[in-house]
Amino acid sequence: MTDLLQLLLSGVSTGACYALAALGFTLLWQASGTINFALGEMVMLPAFMMLFFLNVASLPLAVAFLLTLVASLLVLGGMFKLLVVDPLIRHGVIPLVIATLGLSIGFKNLTRVAYSAQVFTFPSIFPDRLIDIFGLRVTVAEIGTAVLACGVALGVQFFLNRTLTGRAMQAVAQNRDAARVLGINANRMVMYAFLVNAALAALTALLVTPVYLAKFDMGDTLGTKAFYAAIIGGFNNSRGALLGGVLVGVLENLVGAYISPSYKEGVALLLFLLVIVFMPQGLLGKPEERRV
Amino acid sequence: MIKRRTTLKLATSALAVPALGITGARAADTVKMIDDVELSGPGVTSGSMWKNGVDMAIKEINAGGGILGRQIEVSHQDNQSQAQIAKAVATKAIDDEPYVILGPIFSGDVNVSSAVAETAETPMFMGGEAANLTQQGKKYLFRSSLSQSAAMPKVANYMQKVGIKSVVIVWISNDFGKGGHDTMLKELNARGIKVLADIPTEPGQMDYTSVVVNAVKAGADAIFSYKNEEESARFLIALRKYGYDKPVIGETVLVSQRVIELAGTAANGARGHVGLTVDAPNPLVLAFGAKFKAIYGYASDHNGIKGYTSIYLIKAVTEKLGKFDRKALAAAIHGGSFSAKQYPGLLLDVAFDAAGDLDRESYLVEVRDGKQVITETLPPLGKV
Repeated sequence: MTDLLQLLLSGVSTGACYALAALGFTLLWQASGTINFALGEMVMLPAFMMLFFLNVASLPLAVAFLLTLVASLLVLGGMFKLLVVDPLIRHGVIPLVIATLGLSIGFKNLTRVAYSAQVFTFPSIFPDRLIDIFGLRVTVAEIGTAVLACGVALGVQFFLNRTLTGRAMQAVAQNRDAARVLGINANRMVMYAFLVNAALAALTALLVTPVYLAKFDMGDTLGTKAFYAAIIGGFNNSRGALLGGVLVGVLENLVGAYISPSYKEGVALLLFLLVIVFMPQGLLGKPEERRV
Repeated sequence: MIKRRTTLKLATSALAVPALGITGARAADTVKMIDDVELSGPGVTSGSMWKNGVDMAIKEINAGGGILGRQIEVSHQDNQSQAQIAKAVATKAIDDEPYVILGPIFSGDVNVSSAVAETAETPMFMGGEAANLTQQGKKYLFRSSLSQSAAMPKVANYMQKVGIKSVVIVWISNDFGKGGHDTMLKELNARGIKVLADIPTEPGQMDYTSVVVNAVKAGADAIFSYKNEEESARFLIALRKYGYDKPVIGETVLVSQRVIELAGTAANGARGHVGLTVDAPNPLVLAFGAKFKAIYGYASDHNGIKGYTSIYLIKAVTEKLGKFDRKALAAAIHGGSFSAKQYPGLLLDVAFDAAGDLDRESYLVEVRDGKQVITETLPPLGKV
C-alpha cells in the first residue's frame, strides 16, 4: 500500500509538470487556434537562461527566475506572437505548425552551440529533505512541485473562468468576430494567452530541470508528453490539461512498477491513441465544429 | 600573340602547381587521425570527455615534435550517439586514409563501425566496454579500458567480500548495459549471490520512481546499477529521494566524476570498481588529472583518460616501430606490454592480449563528500 501511495504521489508530482506544459497547448489553442510544437524547447530555453544568470552572473535562484520570467514574457510570449504567429496564422494552422517545428530544431541547435551538448545540473527551489509520513517517504521537492504545479494549473483555470479578462479570452477563442462586436480587444486577449504560456514555460523549467537536468534536448520528452496530456484531457479545456498530465504521470509510474519499466514510456502514447480513436474531443473536452 | 584563354590557362596552372605542392607537403608532414565520437545524443558526456583527453594528448605531443617528427592532425566527427551514423562516419573516414580511427565510445556504435575499420585494415582505438566487442576475432580493434569481462569479476569479488548475499540489478537497455548485465549475472551466479530483481531501464529515461520502488521492494542487500552517465545520475537522485540507505554498487560509470557532479549529494555512498580514475594513487595520473582540470575547468572521468592514453599508446608503438604502418601497428600492440616508466603518457603500465583486450591495475572506490575515495588498489588480472 505504501508503494502504491508512493507511486501515486510521485506520479502526481511528475504529471503536474506535464500539466503545466500541456496548459500551454490548450491555452494557445483556445485563445488563438494555434498549436506550438516548440513548446518543449520553450521550457528548455528558460532553463538555460536561468543557468546563465546563476553561473555567469552569479545571481541567486529567485532573482535568476524573475529575470528569466521577464525575458520569457518578452521573447517567448510577445516576440513569438508578433514575429512568428501573427504573420503566419492568416495562412492557416499548417504553416504555423511547420514553423514551430522548425523553431524547435533551431532553438535546440542554438542552445547546443551556445552551451554545448553537455548536461548541466540545476538547483531546486525546494530543500533537499526527506519526510516520513507513516512509512511513506517523500521529499519536500516532490510535495512542493505537486502543490505548486497543481496550484498554478488551477489558478489559470480560475483566471480563465472567473475573471473578466479570462472570460474575454475565452470569448475571443470561441468567436473572435462576436467578441469584437462586444467590445473586446481580441488582439490583446490573444497576446495575454501567449504571455501566460511563456510564464508557464518558465515555471515548468524551474520545477522540472532539477530532476531532468538541463540539456539542449530536454524539451523533447516534455513537449511530447505535454502534447499527449493535452489531447488526452481535451485540447479545448484547461482542466483537461491538468487531468491529462496527472493521468499520464501516475499511469507511467504504475505501469513501470507493476507491469514493466520497458512499457512505461509507451503509456502516454497508448492513452493518446485510445482517446483519439474513441473520444477525439478528449476526456473533458467538448466536440468542436469548424467551418471548412 | 598569346590569346586571353591561353593566358588564363597559364595563370591557373601557375597557381595550381604550388597549391598542390603545399597540400602534398602538408600530408607528408602530418599524421591523420579521425575521431568517430559521440558529441551529441545520449553519449555526449562520455564523448566530450574522450575528445578532451584526445585533444590534450595531441597538443602535448605536437608541442614536443609530434610522432617521428610528424604533427598529429585530428578531425573529431560527431556520430550523434547513433550506430548507423557512427558506421557512416567510419566509412567516410576510411576514404581519407587515416593512420588510425579513434572512438566510438558507446559499445553499440563500436559494434557496427569496427567492421568498417577491420575491412580497411585500419586500427581502431575505441572506448567501448561491452565484453563481446573483442570476442569477434577482429585484428584492428583495441580497447582503451578494461572490458566488462575483466571488470565484473572484480565487482562480484568485492560484493562477496563485504558479505552481500542478494542484489537487484538495474541496467540500461543498450549494448553496453546488456553486455554488463549478462557478464555480471554470470559472475553473481558463480559466487552464489542471488539476484532478487532484474530491472532494465531505457536510455535517456528521465523518471526512475517506479524502478526505485521495485528495486527497494525486492529487499536485497544491495543494488547493482549499470547505466550511462546521465541515467546513473538520475537514478541516484531518485534513490536519494526515496531515502534508500543500503549499498549502491556499480562499475566505473556509477562512481565516475561526471556522475558525482550531476548527482550531487545523491552520489555520496555509491561504491564501485573503476579501471581508470584521476584520483588513482599514481603521480602520473594525478598530474594528468590536475592538468586536465586546469585546461577544461572540470575533472576528467575515465573517458578523458581513455582518450589521452590511446594517443600516447599510438605514439609509443609507432616510435618503437620507427615507421607509420597500420598493419605493423596493430600487430605490435597484440600481445605487447608497455610501461608507463618508459612511456609516461600511458600513465599506467598496460598489456594487450591477442583479442585487443587490455589489462592493468584498477581500483575500488567509494563516493564520500562528493569525491571519489579509493579504498583499494586491485592488481592486474595477469591474464594477458
